Amino acid sequence: MISDAFIEAGHLLVRLDADLMEILILSMQVSAVSLLISVVIGLPVGAVLAMNAFPGRHIAVTVLNALMGLPPVVVGLLVYLMLSRSGPLGVLGLLYTPTAMVIAQLVLITPIIGALSCQVIEDLHHEYEAQFRSFSVPRTTAVCAYLWDARYSLMTTILAGFGRAISEVGAVIIVGGNIDHLTRVMTTAIALETSKGELAVALALGIILLSLALVVNAVVMMLRTQAKRMGYV
Amino acid sequence: MDNSAIRRVLFALLVLPCITGLAMADRIIVQSTTSTRNAGLYDYLLPIIKADTGVTAHVVAVGTGQAIKNAERCDGDVLLVHARASEQQFVANGFGVERFDLMYNDFVIIGPSHDPAGIHGMMDATGALAKIAHSKALFASRGDESGTHQAELHLWKGADIDPTQASGQWYRETGSGMGATLNTAVGMGAYVMSDRASWAKFGNKGDFKIHVEGDLTLFNQYGVILVSATKCPATNSKAGQQFVDWLLSERGQRAIASYQINGEQVFYPNAR
Amino acid sequence: MSNKQLVTHPLLPISVHDLHLAVQGKLLLTDLNCCLTGKGVTLIMGPNGAGKSLLLRCLHGLLETPPGTICFGGQPLCPEVRLTQAMVFQQPVLLRRSVEANLRFITDLGRSNDTVEDLLARVGLTEKAKQPARRLSGGEQQRLALARALACAPRILLLDEPTASLDPASVLLIEQLICQARDEGTKVLLISHDIGQAKRLAEDVVFLHRGQITEHTPAARFFINPTSKAAADYLSGHIVL
Repeated sequence: MISDAFIEAGHLLVRLDADLMEILILSMQVSAVSLLISVVIGLPVGAVLAMNAFPGRHIAVTVLNALMGLPPVVVGLLVYLMLSRSGPLGVLGLLYTPTAMVIAQLVLITPIIGALSCQVIEDLHHEYEAQFRSFSVPRTTAVCAYLWDARYSLMTTILAGFGRAISEVGAVIIVGGNIDHLTRVMTTAIALETSKGELAVALALGIILLSLALVVNAVVMMLRTQAKRMGYV
Repeated sequence: MDNSAIRRVLFALLVLPCITGLAMADRIIVQSTTSTRNAGLYDYLLPIIKADTGVTAHVVAVGTGQAIKNAERCDGDVLLVHARASEQQFVANGFGVERFDLMYNDFVIIGPSHDPAGIHGMMDATGALAKIAHSKALFASRGDESGTHQAELHLWKGADIDPTQASGQWYRETGSGMGATLNTAVGMGAYVMSDRASWAKFGNKGDFKIHVEGDLTLFNQYGVILVSATKCPATNSKAGQQFVDWLLSERGQRAIASYQINGEQVFYPNAR
Repeated sequence: MSNKQLVTHPLLPISVHDLHLAVQGKLLLTDLNCCLTGKGVTLIMGPNGAGKSLLLRCLHGLLETPPGTICFGGQPLCPEVRLTQAMVFQQPVLLRRSVEANLRFITDLGRSNDTVEDLLARVGLTEKAKQPARRLSGGEQQRLALARALACAPRILLLDEPTASLDPASVLLIEQLICQARDEGTKVLLISHDIGQAKRLAEDVVFLHRGQITEHTPAARFFINPTSKAAADYLSGHIVL
């Protein structure tokens, strides 16, 4: 079975199977867009939480950490009810579109980005704080400095978000509907092929998905190794 | 990023889908059972429908129970399932315009080739189930209020047996779609009831084969309903009606009949 | 007082009046009174744990003190006054960037007109400009820290044991830079355990013991004839508890 799957994966890739390319590209698009937006939201939230002491900060950080464990199916359900035609945002007509999938993944990934970047920046803040206060570095300059100096650790954070996005199926299948040529991505296609008993094909798709994740991870690992040598991590 | 750029991005993200939604007046959402999707019927029919009527049907195949609930939430323009009683209730509650018979096929009882309950060749589905219960052979049920599940429960009732008493023992309720249930059944060597088309197209048969078929009680009727614009104002009634009309038309019915798996017809059109 | 006015306003004398500092209930600085009027290098000396670093941090505004406790030329310590100061810590905290990027981070704050190249040349780090800052040797890192401080065009330079654990060549270079700064009119406050260094650089000495100033004496007299017993024991090499 497994060797069949590898062979099948090879065939699909070599002949650049049109259906495969379609779902691969859509997977990348949905994951990339949701990751981008969640970074735009999550990084500043993490930075603000890391640098400011305010009443209830501990509770906020705890809640953010807990949200990392949001069950995708539950998120999918909630987003579905919001976007449903009979729901509050039904008039936007977003259900069963890639946009809905982006929204659902956003909800799942943003806490990961926020919580992990908060941790990274908090550590950096402890290290740099006295020096920055000594130089009277303005707040915004300090935040930018943290984000840049933490770039390699943040890369790992973003990688965690990417991993969650690309492998997610529970939420996107509910809000996307796994519609052929419209909202079918790698993970939902794997679910479909499994339900059709086409296990070799499902595994093949899985192998391709894994390879993609491996390549991304390998690139980040190389960057981090180089950074370690320079003392940037 | 300045304010105007932010406004433009928000516009693109939120409004564009609405605009494209309006522009695609020939787009409908069909809430459907999984068996028609898994059998490959939609892959076959939808391009023909698009060519004939210009209607693009997006099929959300989730299983009868969920499909009906989704349609009640107005998240579909057309409902295509195979649970007559539930469909009639759907129309009676005002969610559907009218229910039409679309096509039929049959259910089959499948199991491991060594047939632990000894039901092979039986012509009486109810009797076969009784034998399974009696021998406590493993049986995998959909358990998800789908058309198949409801038909299965009807048969148990006919045998005067409540299998849910043994839920978790020999009666295993997967709560999943047909494909997942078939995978589970093959995996644990359990008997299972499936529609013929799903089984025909299924790729993980293992050593399973059909043991019971042909009983009239295994009749499986599919129905199609246009969602009511009264209860659901956002329904694309025009395109939805075109879709339904095409399926019930002579052309549509012939197309359904011409669909084959492994050289055999799997759906029998019976619209009146 | 606005920034513009402060540029020309004299910052001497530096006066400390009844300074108490308690951290987590423990009194670490008690009844500190002191007035620094001279333009030369003021050395702050004392055994470990005496409160030297704490005093420096209070002067730099890193630790909260009641308003009016610390004054510069009559002006109480405030954010504008802090902008005229720069501090070098015992362990420099360098950003995870190259040497010149570290320096540019400070020059971009706009306190002085010196360029990054000028400052690097001043501390002898021109060849190492593109190297990762955190991979420099101890002496080089401290030179960079000093360059950063000088990039603020400080009128008051606070140095907390800047040459502790450095090789003699680095010590020499840093002492030369300190003298340069002093000659250009910057008031230097230096903490050091190195008695030789103290003798080389100090104009006057403030001796701390157990959170209190035991004496404030011109350097020439201090090393020959300190007035407090603690200072005398310290200078003759005894362990002062």
